[in-house]
Amino acid sequence: MEQWYGYIGLILDGAVVTAKITVLGCALALVAAFTAGLGRISRFWQLRWLATAYIEFFRGTSIFVQLFWAYFVLPLLGVPLSPLQAGVLALGLNVGAYGAEVVRGAILSVPREQYEGCKALNFTRIQELRHVILPQAFVLMLPTFGNNAIELLKGTAVVSLISLSDMTFQAQVVRAQTGSTAVPFLTILFLYFAYSTVISNSIKALERRLSRGLDVTKG
Amino acid sequence: MWDWNFVWQIIPQLADGVVITIQATVLGTIIAMIAGLGLAIARRSRNKFIRYPFGFAAEFIRGTPLLVQLYFLFYILPDLGILLSPMVAGVIGLGVHYATYTAEVYRTGIDNVSKGQWEAAKAINLSTRQTWTQIIIPQAIPPMIPALANYFISMFKETPLLAAITVLELMNQARSVANYHYKYVEPMTMVGAFFLLVSVPSVIFLRRLEKRFAPKLR
Repeated sequence: MEQWYGYIGLILDGAVVTAKITVLGCALALVAAFTAGLGRISRFWQLRWLATAYIEFFRGTSIFVQLFWAYFVLPLLGVPLSPLQAGVLALGLNVGAYGAEVVRGAILSVPREQYEGCKALNFTRIQELRHVILPQAFVLMLPTFGNNAIELLKGTAVVSLISLSDMTFQAQVVRAQTGSTAVPFLTILFLYFAYSTVISNSIKALERRLSRGLDVTKG
Repeated sequence: MWDWNFVWQIIPQLADGVVITIQATVLGTIIAMIAGLGLAIARRSRNKFIRYPFGFAAEFIRGTPLLVQLYFLFYILPDLGILLSPMVAGVIGLGVHYATYTAEVYRTGIDNVSKGQWEAAKAINLSTRQTWTQIIIPQAIPPMIPALANYFISMFKETPLLAAITVLELMNQARSVANYHYKYVEPMTMVGAFFLLVSVPSVIFLRRLEKRFAPKLR
């Protein structure tokens, strides 16, 4: 019994690392999604082209290839990254590419009258986005963002393959030391499930909070 | 920096990996299509002792990483006396994971057939079987096709995970070549290029499918 405390400690350490990568990855993904999503609908073809290239590249190659590329190849090109940096970078940019399409779709689905209203009020393009379009579009983005965040959480397990001591990595350590597979792996499966439940519930709460006073039909 | 001779030298070994990657995707797709159908039916069951456990299992599988599920299958089953080759364990893992997604596609596909169709089938006195095979399924399937294709493309991009349970697919071959020669740039870039080479045309094809089938979706 005494020894299990130590092993549970190991797995909890891993749980903290997983949470950290998930949060940092989501932050990067959010920034990337908005940058590329707005880039896709920019008036300048150079920006549109750049954003499309980014999105297609990151959606087209697999997250694992991106992660291994970031970890093994970037250092050789003179960009040394720690496993944590490589993991956050690859996951954030990958999920950001999926998110960009969500941002674009949500902005385009804001009804035309809203844009016409902005024109009538003589808003600049920035004002239009900031005060009228984004507050409405953001609510539409949330459900898919929630799914993307869960995909990112699931993706973090892969960083264990580049020697980052996340939950999956620690479960392997426990397995190697105790010879028991079922206990550590079932534990982390339930922890991952708890994490994704937390993510989806907080997104739902946020959605309720933000859609207050908005005339946005859900769906 | 970039060594073309090395590229040519490692192509045969990577090609071996490509074959396994494609096999895994195809087999995983077949399992996901069949198991997904079973799951969708179970989740529509009138018996709550069937509906709830399958519903929870599907949510659980969808909320946890495929990699951990693969480890679980690969390490636990031998303890229970079931010996599976890494490839079989991997394909089952992929198939079951994606079955939880395809089940949702089937479900929404069926739910999207309007209620009037069910009522009309009842009105002209069709049997349950006739209703399904002649009215519901033919209308439900076309809108499902792009959504299913989308998941199969995702599955293809997740096959590198099988490397973690020692399947010698493309990623694993690339890693072993890279470790052997201590050269990472070429093999890793080639793997990326291969995925891009397959994914980009498939996405273009997928958009065509969407255009073709989407108007039928109500």
